Amino acid sequence: MRKMPMRYYALFTLPTIIAFVVSFFIPFLLGTYLTFNTFTTVTNAKWVGLTNYVRAFSENDQFLNATVFTVKFALVSVVLINVFAFALALLLTRKMRGENGFRTVFFMPNLIGGIVLGYIWLLIINGILINFGVDITFSARFGFWGLVVVTNWQMVGYMMIIYIAGILAIPPELMEAARIDGANSWQVLRNVTVPLVMPAVTICTFLTVANSFKLFDQNLSLTAGAPGRETAMLALDIFNTFYGRIGFEGVGQAKAMVFTLFVSLIVLFQLLYSRKRERES
Amino acid sequence: MNARKNYLNSGLFAFVLILAVLFLSPIFIVLMNSFKGRFFISDTPFALPNAQTFVGLQNYTSGIVKVGFVPAFGYSLFITVFSVTAIVFFTSMTAWCITRVKSRISSFIYYLLVFSMIVPFQMVMFTMSKVANILHLDNPVGIIVLYLGFGAGLAVFIFSGFVKSIPIEVEEAATIDGCNPIQTFFWIVFPMLRPIAITVAILNAMWIWNDYLLPYLVIGSNYKTIPIAVQYLQGGYGSKDMGAMMALLILAIIPIIIFYLVLQRYIIQGVAAGAVKG
Repeated sequence: MRKMPMRYYALFTLPTIIAFVVSFFIPFLLGTYLTFNTFTTVTNAKWVGLTNYVRAFSENDQFLNATVFTVKFALVSVVLINVFAFALALLLTRKMRGENGFRTVFFMPNLIGGIVLGYIWLLIINGILINFGVDITFSARFGFWGLVVVTNWQMVGYMMIIYIAGILAIPPELMEAARIDGANSWQVLRNVTVPLVMPAVTICTFLTVANSFKLFDQNLSLTAGAPGRETAMLALDIFNTFYGRIGFEGVGQAKAMVFTLFVSLIVLFQLLYSRKRERES
Repeated sequence: MNARKNYLNSGLFAFVLILAVLFLSPIFIVLMNSFKGRFFISDTPFALPNAQTFVGLQNYTSGIVKVGFVPAFGYSLFITVFSVTAIVFFTSMTAWCITRVKSRISSFIYYLLVFSMIVPFQMVMFTMSKVANILHLDNPVGIIVLYLGFGAGLAVFIFSGFVKSIPIEVEEAATIDGCNPIQTFFWIVFPMLRPIAITVAILNAMWIWNDYLLPYLVIGSNYKTIPIAVQYLQGGYGSKDMGAMMALLILAIIPIIIFYLVLQRYIIQGVAAGAVKG
């Protein structure tokens, strides 16, 4: 089937392509064009050049704050999620009693949606903070660590599953050989397990970075940006810009464009880096 | 040596057990509070219900009525089931076709779809909801088209990776025996795609069932899915009803837990497979 008559080719690809063009491709092109316009709906656009981009950064500090907050959040949560997930994966590949049951439990929060997750933890975090006479809106620090806890609870199980698959794929002979050569558990871990699960590390880093940068639902339900807009991450800040006040749609679209370029750059960098490392090893 | 190892293993088992209990405790705390009166929740969320605070199922009835949980459940179920079906059906066809027919158009389609995975939703959300509005896709049937479009990137990517690993000779034999491409795909190829189709279905079901922003922007004012209903209760005017909130959270979790317990093995394998392909 290396060649296919045109009508069959169309039949196989067109349903997907039409849906894709309608939901993504046209909105993407239109959105790109609209970053250079002021508008309130897509039909009344007026060309303003780069004004929206300037306003995105100069109108107030919210976009910059959101960027800094998002980057900090991503750094902390990516490291913590992967460390915890890897540790759990190590614990649950020792042929312990009830391993499968434990895997089931740790993965479970991942199926719960971001909105629901946020409200579950809002109850718990505020329940603790009330003993000190405050709640999560009292300080941006609380919101930050609250978000870290929520995303850890959600993502650790998912990443653990990927790490477990990676660890189980290591040939047991390698570990045995290392042990016979006199390596202790720590040396086996450092010199055999870790290097061999590197592909899993790459995948998990990729997934957690993308997820952390694009986080929206958890942010909306847990803090909604409070106090003020201090804990609004990039996605929420863009949403607020669009739908918060009339007349800022163009600024929101420009912010979204900057966000897109930012995320694309990070993804590109990650891909190049992992390619390079794969070639070296 | 063996005795020491046993102690270590028992210790680790106890540690993981405690961790697992802690991991599940947030859900139990919400469950516990869903049976308490609305004014006894925020201040003392960790206290068990007692004679004074216990209200039976009152929170559940008020929660279900307040946000219209029954229709919300119906919309969520309808949209998820049909969007996932559409995604698996159409993207597997597309992925097979553009993987087997090597041409410039094929690779253009492939890279465009992969690119769409990177772009944050905020880039297209405003224009997409306007386009959906103009094309009358702003209803529970039309939104299926949107989910097919947004789900296509990851699904085609995963299916293509899998198709590459299937030997092409089987398909060529089918062609020689007189199968047209439709017959070849549905009789020969699709049955072989089954394991990865389950992965694609599960990943998309998890995404669509829990998705908030897309349905909120496109159909949220007329049709509330479960995440929209939960958020609606929080954002409503007046003092928020914590009791109803707790009940709604539990109601939102129950279908997910049933889904998980029934399909657990497939879900965990599917996630691992999806990640390795992705």
